[in-house]
Amino acid sequence: MNTPAPSPWRPPRLSLRFVPVWQRNFLVWRKLALPSVLGNLADPVIYLFGLGFGIGMLVPDVGGMPYITFLAAGMVCYSTMNSASFEVLYSGFSRMHVQKTWDAILNAPVELDDVVFAELVWAASKALLSGAAILLVVVAFGFAEARYALWVLPLIFLAGLSFAALGLVMTALAPSYDFFMYYFTLFVTPMTLLSGVFFPLEQLPPALRLATDLLPLTHAVLIARPLLLGEVPHAVAAHLAVLAAYGIGAFWLALALLRRRLLK
Amino acid sequence: MPLSIRGLVKRYGDTAVVAGIDLDLHAGECFTLLGPNGAGKTTTLRCALGLSAPTAGEIRLTGLPVPARAREARARVGVVPQQDNLDPDFTCAENLLVYGRYFGLRDAEIAARIPELLAFAGLENRRDAKIGTLSGGMKRRLTLARALVNRPRLLVLDEPTTGLDPQARHLIWDRLKQLVRGGTTVLLTTHFMDEAERLADRLAILDAGRILTEGSPREVIAAHIEPQVVEVYGEYDDGNGGAPAWAAHHAAALAQRFEVSGETAFCYLTDPAPLLAHLAAQPGLRYLHRPANLEDVFLKLTGRELRD
Repeated sequence: MNTPAPSPWRPPRLSLRFVPVWQRNFLVWRKLALPSVLGNLADPVIYLFGLGFGIGMLVPDVGGMPYITFLAAGMVCYSTMNSASFEVLYSGFSRMHVQKTWDAILNAPVELDDVVFAELVWAASKALLSGAAILLVVVAFGFAEARYALWVLPLIFLAGLSFAALGLVMTALAPSYDFFMYYFTLFVTPMTLLSGVFFPLEQLPPALRLATDLLPLTHAVLIARPLLLGEVPHAVAAHLAVLAAYGIGAFWLALALLRRRLLK
Repeated sequence: MPLSIRGLVKRYGDTAVVAGIDLDLHAGECFTLLGPNGAGKTTTLRCALGLSAPTAGEIRLTGLPVPARAREARARVGVVPQQDNLDPDFTCAENLLVYGRYFGLRDAEIAARIPELLAFAGLENRRDAKIGTLSGGMKRRLTLARALVNRPRLLVLDEPTTGLDPQARHLIWDRLKQLVRGGTTVLLTTHFMDEAERLADRLAILDAGRILTEGSPREVIAAHIEPQVVEVYGEYDDGNGGAPAWAAHHAAALAQRFEVSGETAFCYLTDPAPLLAHLAAQPGLRYLHRPANLEDVFLKLTGRELRD
């Protein structure tokens, strides 16, 4: 009997079996929680205060607010993106390729779909934590309005899912850790500069504005910034839809690539 | 039946890594897949566990069709992989707890089982030790204990003792015998003849993706090879030749079959007396007389060339 091999592009099949895999990552994290949180916090806080005060001295105000206030929302989103990306790239690759943790799990009654979904949700959970930590800092220092600040949490969880899914595509393709440099230098860094994290999008020439509209980080920032100013953002549904589309599309692609890589 | 495989073929491009395998495991036996590197042992196991889709063939694992219901089937199977993949961030006990959760077991249920599993692995005193502090043998034993967390009916081990020292190997063998005695079916792959000979109720010799022979170690030896072996080496003809030169002159007359490999002549025969008498009169030659074993069968069937 010839059984045609199932297509790697078949839809993801999700189940609650991802939970024990998520728990595994959580248990590892808990052992190193304090240095991990401090590490996640240090980078964006240094940027926030360094650039916020440094450039803030030169620039009297941006769009009618102090520069550090402008930067606060950008840093929350930037921190979320970085945290999700690092988790699925470096840590995820370790679990998949170096430690063979995924192989061990796949010998149990758990499918690859569950393992990859667990990585996705775990990375978004860590991103949520990083985003929340920096959120706490900006609210505590008065760089943001507290009124709608909590609404940023679901946003950064969704953004975490999107960036984790994009990163998983790279993890699926990576021959080694070195590969991730390309992703950061060719995608993450330019995106950070073009998504309204450090300066208003209006500064950019019109041609680049078209590109910025395609970048997921732009849409996260466009929701987060008004929320942190205590305002209701515009076109929330459209921005969320872009983030969700990136998340779903990239997850599907990553899963197909991983099925091809690991279930051959 | 714990595992039944019919006509299994697995092809990568034009290469058939598994080229048509039939296999039936009986409940409660230890079955060994013996083969050189690249014979298709690991690929066969991956297909059996539903981790690799076969190109052709039918597989039933614990009675369930694979890959269609592989996930359910794996719930009743324990796996010891070739490469240790314990969680380095966890202690021994945490490794067992976390692994048990993948089987949907409740924490209390696993916790109650951990002391028993650690005792089985001889790691009672290492409960809270990090994986990095364990020796290779301890890691293997913990991996074995981890594979038992779900009380599997079938235990699958891929080269379980590769890289272990003799003491560690004997301990693993002892534990596997204990499991088989307790009713667990064991399927293991190895390229160690002594391992297969010691553990297997039945074995299959696999090469280039095909099963060359199958049966109990005794049956396989009896079916394929003369019962006695005399290995001849040393100097012949006053140092002008070695065992190969000796074999060219005398081996055909004294042994039913012989093979020259490097500086040694392997003589296979039923009655060794005439050969031994002849060798006693050859002062330069030395010899080793022993019963035929699986390695002789293996080398006869798979050849003596290197596989790397």
